[in-house]
Amino acid sequence: MNKMISVREINSLFKDGDQILVGGFGISGTPLTVLDELSTSEHKGFTIISNNLGDHGQGLHKLFIAGQIVKAIGSFFSINREAVMAWSRGELEIDLLPQGTLAEAIRCGGAGIGGFYTKTAVGTELAKGKEEKIIDGEKYIFEKALKGDVAIIKAKVADTLGNLTYHTTARNFNPMMATAGKIVIAEVDEIVEVGELDPETIVTPHAYVDYIIQSNYIKEGTDYLVK
Amino acid sequence: MSNSAKYIIAKRAAQELHDGQIVNLGIGIPTLLTEYLDNKVVYLQTENGLLGMGPAPSDDQLDADLMNAGKEPITFLPGASFFNSADSFAMIRGGHVDVAVLGVLQVSHDGEIANWAVPNQPILGVGGAMDLLIGANKVIAVGTLFAKDGTPKLVPTLTYKSTGARKVELFITEYAVFKFSNQGVEIVEILNDITLDELNELLGIRLELVKH
Repeated sequence: MNKMISVREINSLFKDGDQILVGGFGISGTPLTVLDELSTSEHKGFTIISNNLGDHGQGLHKLFIAGQIVKAIGSFFSINREAVMAWSRGELEIDLLPQGTLAEAIRCGGAGIGGFYTKTAVGTELAKGKEEKIIDGEKYIFEKALKGDVAIIKAKVADTLGNLTYHTTARNFNPMMATAGKIVIAEVDEIVEVGELDPETIVTPHAYVDYIIQSNYIKEGTDYLVK
Repeated sequence: MSNSAKYIIAKRAAQELHDGQIVNLGIGIPTLLTEYLDNKVVYLQTENGLLGMGPAPSDDQLDADLMNAGKEPITFLPGASFFNSADSFAMIRGGHVDVAVLGVLQVSHDGEIANWAVPNQPILGVGGAMDLLIGANKVIAVGTLFAKDGTPKLVPTLTYKSTGARKVELFITEYAVFKFSNQGVEIVEILNDITLDELNELLGIRLELVKH
C-alpha cells in the first residue's frame, strides 16, 4: 500500500465536525503543512485536541482564524489571545485539562483503555463533576480517554512503510496521537526507503500510520518557514 | 517586580538543590535558578519531553524543534534523553522527579498554592502545574512576597483557585523563607535587613523565626 500523498489530497481525508488530534507543543512538532492546507478547505465544526492552538499565526491558529474550530481540548490556550476572546464571547468551547492528563488520556485512547484515575487536579476547579475514588487511602479522579477521527502528527523521518522517528522536543504529543486517530496523517521532513531506518530508533511503528506527507517547511533559527 | 528580588529568590532557592537530583523548574523565576547552581550537578527535566536540559543556545545552535516548557530555545547536555509527553508526565506523576520549583500567585498558611488562574480573568491555561504539584517528591514555591497591588501572597486561605490539595514544603521570597508543616507556617530564614516584627506587620500575622 502506498501511503504517500500530496498536499492536494489532504482535505478529502476530513469531514465537517471531525474530532482531530493535532501534535505539537507551541509550534515545535506541529504538522504545519497539513494545517495550512486544511485551513483553505470548506470544512468546519472541528473539535481540536491539542496542547495549544498554534502560535504566531501558524499551525492551528490558521484554522481558528478561518472559523473552523468550535471546540478545543487542551492544556494551555492562554497564549492564544483571540481564542481567549472567542471563548469569552461564547463562540469557542474549551475543555481545559492538565498537560499530563491530556497526554495520558490520548495514550489510553490509542491503547484500548477507557480512562484512568489520577491524583492530578484533585481539589481544584478542574476536578468538578468528575468521579472520585479512594485508592490506598488517597483521592483520585477519573479521566476519560481521548480519541480522534483523524490524527495529524509531525515526525522527522518516515520510511515508505510509515515507520517514524522524531527530533528532540518536537516529539511531544505526536507518538501518542499516532495511536489514537482512526486516520493518521504523518507530516515529515524526510522520506527514506524501507530498511534505511535503524529498527532500534523507530518510535512510531508503521502499523499506526495511514498517510505520509512531505513537509513544506524548513527550520531557520527559532522559526519554521515555508520552503 | 524588581530584578534584584527575583535574583535573591533564585539564589536562595538554588541552595535547596543537591547533587544528582532530577529537577523541574517552572516558568519565570524558577528558570533563573540555573544561574546559581555553582558546581552542583542536577539533571533538569522539562515536561515537553527532555531530561538533561542545557543552557540557552548560541545563535548557531538555535533549533526551532528544541524548546523548554516556557517555549524558549534550549540545548541538551551529554547524557540527555528525549521522550514523549505521556512518558514525561509518567516521570512526573510517578514520583521520579526529586524537586519541582514553581512560581506562585498565592500560598496559604498551610502550604496550599495557587499558580494557574487569576480571579475575574479567563482561565484558559493550566499546563503541567497540577501534575508537577502532586508528582514531585519535594515542591518549592518561589515568588515575590507581595503582589503588584501590595497585598501579601502568603494568605490565611487561598482566594485564587487552588492548584491542588498537596502542600508545598517551602515558600522562598525575597524577604524570607517560609516552611510549612502540620504545625503550620514558620519563618526559617530572613533574607534581607527587615526585622521579624516589621515582616509580621507587613504580613498582618504573628510568625516565629525558627532556625533549623
